[in-house]
Amino acid sequence: MAPKHPPKARLEHSENVAGGAAADVHEAHHPSGPLRWLLTTNHKEIGTLYLVFSLTMFLIGGVMALVVRLELFQPGLQLVRPEFFNQMTTMHGLIMVFGAVMPGFVGLANWMVPLQIGAPDMALPRLNNFSFWLLPVAFLLLLSTLLMPGGGPNFGWTFYAPLSTTYSPPSTTFFILSLHMAGISSILGAINIIATILNLRAPGMRLMDMTLFVWTWLITAFLLIAVMPVLAGVITMMLLDINFGTSFFNAAGGGDPVLFQHLFWFFGHPEVYIMILPAFGIISVIVPTFARKPLFGYASMVYATASIAILSFLVWAHHMFSVGLPLIAELFFMYTTMLIAVPTGVKVFNWITTLFRGSITFETPMLFALAFIVLFTIGGFSGLMLAIAPADFQYHDTYFVVAHFHYVLVPGAVFSIMAAVYYWLPKWTGHYPDERIGRWHFWLSVIGVNLLFFPMHFAGLAGMPRRIPDYALQFADFNMASSIGGFLFGLSQLLFVWVVIKCIRGGVPAPAKAWDGATDLEWSVPSPAPLHTFETPPDLRRVAS
Amino acid sequence: MSGGSYYVPASSKWPVLSGLALGLFMIGTGVWLVFDRAGYLIAVGALAIVTVMALWFRDVVRESRSGLYDEQMDRSFRWGMGWFIFSEVMFFAAFFGALFYIRVFAVPWLDGEGAKGISALLWPDFVASWPLMNPPDSSVAGPHEIVDPWQLPLVNTLFLVVSSITLTLAHEGLKEGYRDSARNCLVLTIVLGVCFLVVQGVEYYEAYHHLGVTLQAGIYGATFFLLTGFHGAHVTVGATILIVMLWRLQKGHFTPDHHFGFEAAAWYWHFVDVVWVGLFLFVYVF
Amino acid sequence: MRKTYVLAALIAGVAWLERNALADGWNMPVGVTEVSRHVHGLHMTIFWICVVIGAVVFGVMFYSLFRYRRSKGAQAANFHEHTTVEIFWTAVPLLILVAMAIPATATLRDMYDASEADLDVMVTGHQWRWHYDYVGEDVNYFSNLATPREQIDGTQAKDANYLLEVDQPLVLPVDRKVRLLMTSSDVIHSWWVPDLAVKKDAIPGFVNEAWTRIDEPGIYRGQCAELCGKDHGFMPVVVHAMPQEEFDAWLAERKEEAAAAASGVDRNWTLPELMERGEQVYGTICASCHQAEGQGLPPTFPALVGNQALLDDLERHIDTVVNGVAGTPMPAFSGTLNAVDIAAVITYERNAWGNETGDIIQPSTIQAQLSP
Ligand code: HEA
Ligand code: HEA
Ligand code: HEC
Ligand code: CUA
Ligand SMILES: [Cu+2]
Repeated sequence: MAPKHPPKARLEHSENVAGGAAADVHEAHHPSGPLRWLLTTNHKEIGTLYLVFSLTMFLIGGVMALVVRLELFQPGLQLVRPEFFNQMTTMHGLIMVFGAVMPGFVGLANWMVPLQIGAPDMALPRLNNFSFWLLPVAFLLLLSTLLMPGGGPNFGWTFYAPLSTTYSPPSTTFFILSLHMAGISSILGAINIIATILNLRAPGMRLMDMTLFVWTWLITAFLLIAVMPVLAGVITMMLLDINFGTSFFNAAGGGDPVLFQHLFWFFGHPEVYIMILPAFGIISVIVPTFARKPLFGYASMVYATASIAILSFLVWAHHMFSVGLPLIAELFFMYTTMLIAVPTGVKVFNWITTLFRGSITFETPMLFALAFIVLFTIGGFSGLMLAIAPADFQYHDTYFVVAHFHYVLVPGAVFSIMAAVYYWLPKWTGHYPDERIGRWHFWLSVIGVNLLFFPMHFAGLAGMPRRIPDYALQFADFNMASSIGGFLFGLSQLLFVWVVIKCIRGGVPAPAKAWDGATDLEWSVPSPAPLHTFETPPDLRRVAS
Repeated sequence: MSGGSYYVPASSKWPVLSGLALGLFMIGTGVWLVFDRAGYLIAVGALAIVTVMALWFRDVVRESRSGLYDEQMDRSFRWGMGWFIFSEVMFFAAFFGALFYIRVFAVPWLDGEGAKGISALLWPDFVASWPLMNPPDSSVAGPHEIVDPWQLPLVNTLFLVVSSITLTLAHEGLKEGYRDSARNCLVLTIVLGVCFLVVQGVEYYEAYHHLGVTLQAGIYGATFFLLTGFHGAHVTVGATILIVMLWRLQKGHFTPDHHFGFEAAAWYWHFVDVVWVGLFLFVYVF
Repeated sequence: MRKTYVLAALIAGVAWLERNALADGWNMPVGVTEVSRHVHGLHMTIFWICVVIGAVVFGVMFYSLFRYRRSKGAQAANFHEHTTVEIFWTAVPLLILVAMAIPATATLRDMYDASEADLDVMVTGHQWRWHYDYVGEDVNYFSNLATPREQIDGTQAKDANYLLEVDQPLVLPVDRKVRLLMTSSDVIHSWWVPDLAVKKDAIPGFVNEAWTRIDEPGIYRGQCAELCGKDHGFMPVVVHAMPQEEFDAWLAERKEEAAAAASGVDRNWTLPELMERGEQVYGTICASCHQAEGQGLPPTFPALVGNQALLDDLERHIDTVVNGVAGTPMPAFSGTLNAVDIAAVITYERNAWGNETGDIIQPSTIQAQLSP
């Protein structure tokens, strides 16, 4: 089942083929200044653009979350009116999901997929630039809705009809159009990644030789292409219901509001795995590096990822246990959802066995990766509790759910992105990130994130619904703790911004192979990686024999 | 896999401009729908998109013709187009899924059948049927007659099926090096596509003016126009692409073994045809 | 020695969890129905399963982290697969899940069996209040948030049931199977009372079934659990469960009240009478959208004060309130308010906040429109 040779063997054979030096032919046509960034077709520059965009959106979405946390610091309405509170919750969710986490992973893919498979660039470089520049346009449009009469989207990031159709503010049409653009961006980006992985691997690199980061992105790209069009479809139906008098989600004309939810979650559940599979890939490359031991169960990791992706199409209605599905459907979705714990468990066990009998060090990327394993698993456990349909009647739409998904998304997806940034910064900038600030950032984040999200479990179990600007007195202590944690975590992210800027501007120079336990192909090119790498693909065929 | 000839284009202004053009189009659409103003912005946006895309593809064609692309590049295009069509399949799958859900679950439930039949409490007079002539609430006027599948839609089915064949013949001609036959068959394909659109236009006119099938006529009208409308939009795009391919054929851009632009257009056209067959069966006949 | 400490700490930790973290106010309530006890049992079982798995997994993980530190001179081994182990840790979770699915399935089937109920109540969600209709009993009423505005804005101390109190709770008999028929008049709401372990969405145009059989008399509180617009956080559910006899007496009393209200229709009402009643109706029902002073929240909710077009057109005013405006949040009140209330609130709107039409709308006029 497993590949005949561990992926580790690759590096030694490819050191001599690093493509750095001969790069400057293209430099001649390369415009400088801002135009360079607008017009670039280079995967590294586009990767950087994505990452900067993602960080910006994370900060904007984070500030919105802080508005929410500030209002919830105490019972009573103090800071904002309920109308605005709902807009903050909604925009926070939308921006974090579509603006921060997804583009963050796409940025990492842009940078690292070609480097890890020995490709000269992405398969379709101009398309790549197009995919990126759609995003700022889309999000400017989205943010501008906040200034329109009646305000911006206020119906949750899940925008259930008819609250989002008949009962929504006029700006909803703009929200739909901006989401269309973000969707086109994702689809085209995913097509590019898939074509790159399938077609641009260095000679001799078989599928089962790819790193797990590349594998998980291959599968993620497939998920994106499969479900983003469904989102496009459902928002198109909304557009028609709002502007052209159709009745897709209106029983008076024979439609059904629940149809909206089926379509949304057919997209939405794979979407949450889109936000975690690349994270699994990142952890699977970082842990072996710092344990100095090959990844345990490479093949089963690949199969587990594929199983999760396939199952993700069969579980969507676990978000809809309380809409009154027929019993048989309820049971089906409960069983399939529980099944997902099995392949995910395989991953967790493999990571831990990789640590077992390793030779472990704790640099910042590793710290984030380890925190990921623990905290993501906790989020997974609460997910499993949610999967038990009768119990979900009690959890659904409470802060227990909010706790669940923040555990998988913040110390899950976001931590994995941060781990990846710390891990690959030496390759990007040629300098090591400041280890001391990195550690401060790590420990403050870990403490902050738990103080922020752990009490939400209790608030939810005790009965606090989500998406409310004000709450009953028995939830006061939990909320106060959460809010303090929120500010601690939020402010700590300034350290992250600082480390990154500092690292770009200088620091301890990093050699090509910046981490002594690293084995993948990207460590064979110089640090910082020159603009053009692998123009002549490295020949890995000898290794395969 | 080839050694080092993969072409990485230098920077280009077309992608950013395409993004801006699309943004303009979207903003125009929004301003028109929400504030009922500045409808011309939509046209400006659409024109901008078409122009920039044309310039972008002009670059691609030039590069291709000057031999910058190797086989690996060709495969990249193939994967790209293939996955793009897959995304379109999923787009239509969502609409078909909606249609099935409505027909199999929602409408019967409203009339008291099935697991949520108790909903009929709210609609005591409602009788389920498909096509749904009388929506549950009397404030929504249903259609009084439906489009007869065995008239115009059947004609349209023939048009598209035949057009798929003529397009295949065109492709065969191209591969065998018979440029004229390829051109003739391609022209025929385009004509059939345009005929399809004209007939669909007539059908829509009839639907609106004589049958009462409108977007507002309850869920039947809504799903009817959703599915046929988006299909029609795809036929329009497909026919436009074919016209461009005809022009390129005339300019001698294609060689018997190097004509992926043509093939991609053909894939797209066949896909649109297959969708139509699904539509014909599930929107019109059954 | 060290092991003993660790063990002791572990036991202490678990004991603390049991006593505090899982105590009331931190954990899911056990509730007052058989179903809610089953659900609580499921919840605790799966929770402890997760705790145990977590302890094992994290135990091995932290053991490895301490034991195999490079700073301690650990040398890396080189193994990277082991088929037996991999099969083992695929199979064991699967078995655990199957074991978990069995009781969950049983509970779910039970929750879905709403047949043979002793009493049916139609529960309708409105932006932002619940409406209860005792099917076949001619008793129906709105249940509105009763927490005063001042407490929310912080100008007054909050009382114990802040945001969880209503003017008229849903009254139910204990030890009877009550079927709840959920629907909505506008957007999706969700009716939830934790102590009953009932949460079901109220979907416009469709009806959902749920049921409950309460064991103990008492007052049980919950909230709307589906985002339904700006006042989603302000539409609590309160259930008052009482013994059958008490319930019967209450129901009879409500029926009489309803009859009395209906009789008021025929007499002529004076302006002050209508204004007084209208103010009260306006405050509980209309103010959430049109705001306390009738200023509305444009562009979504129109102002009623100084709305000249409206004040010039009495017909339209009546028609709007009776039949609502389709396709907007403005509900039809013909089915939920009686003629007196509608007449009163329209009179009030036309004469309050500086609106000075002097119009007096008699309940009989409205009645004529309600039953054509
Ligand atoms: C990255 C994103 C992400 C991930 C990875 C997950 C993972 C999972 N989620 Fe989560 N989920 C969300 C994001 C995510 N979720 C979001 C955003 C929402 C809310 C959306 C909204 O309403 O706004 C949500 C909501 C949500 C619900 C709906 C709740 C409700 O609204 O009522 C449910 C219900 O089943 C659920 C279940 C699960 C399950 C079973 C997993 C599983 O994949 C978890 C599997 C992992 C483990 C179980 C841990 C590791 C395993 C082991 C150590 C093996 C052994 C374990 C056992 C046998 C117990 N999720
Ligand atoms: C990947 C996705 C992601 C991420 C990273 C986060 C991050 C955070 N979320 Fe997120 N959240 C969602 C996805 C995410 N969330 C989703 C999908 C929802 C559901 C929405 C819905 O219901 O529709 C949600 C809902 C949600 C709620 C529930 C709202 C409600 O139900 O009403 C809350 C409440 O506390 C919350 C809080 C936070 C906080 C405090 C953070 C923090 O981690 C944020 C930390 C970051 C910063 C704070 C910014 C960085 C700092 C600065 C810019 C410095 C300046 C700071 C200061 C001056 C203090 N989120
Ligand atoms: C859930 C929100 C909501 C509630 C509750 C509500 N309204 Fe309205 N009302 C609206 C909306 C929205 C409109 C605007 C309808 C439209 O667009 O024509 C409206 C319009 C009106 C109008 C017509 C205004 C005009 O300019 O045409 C009147 C009169 C009115 N409401 C009275 C009432 C009364 C009386 C009550 C309570 C008994 C009430 N409303 C409760 C939302 C509400
Ligand atoms: Cu009603 Cu939320
Ligand atoms: Cu899910």
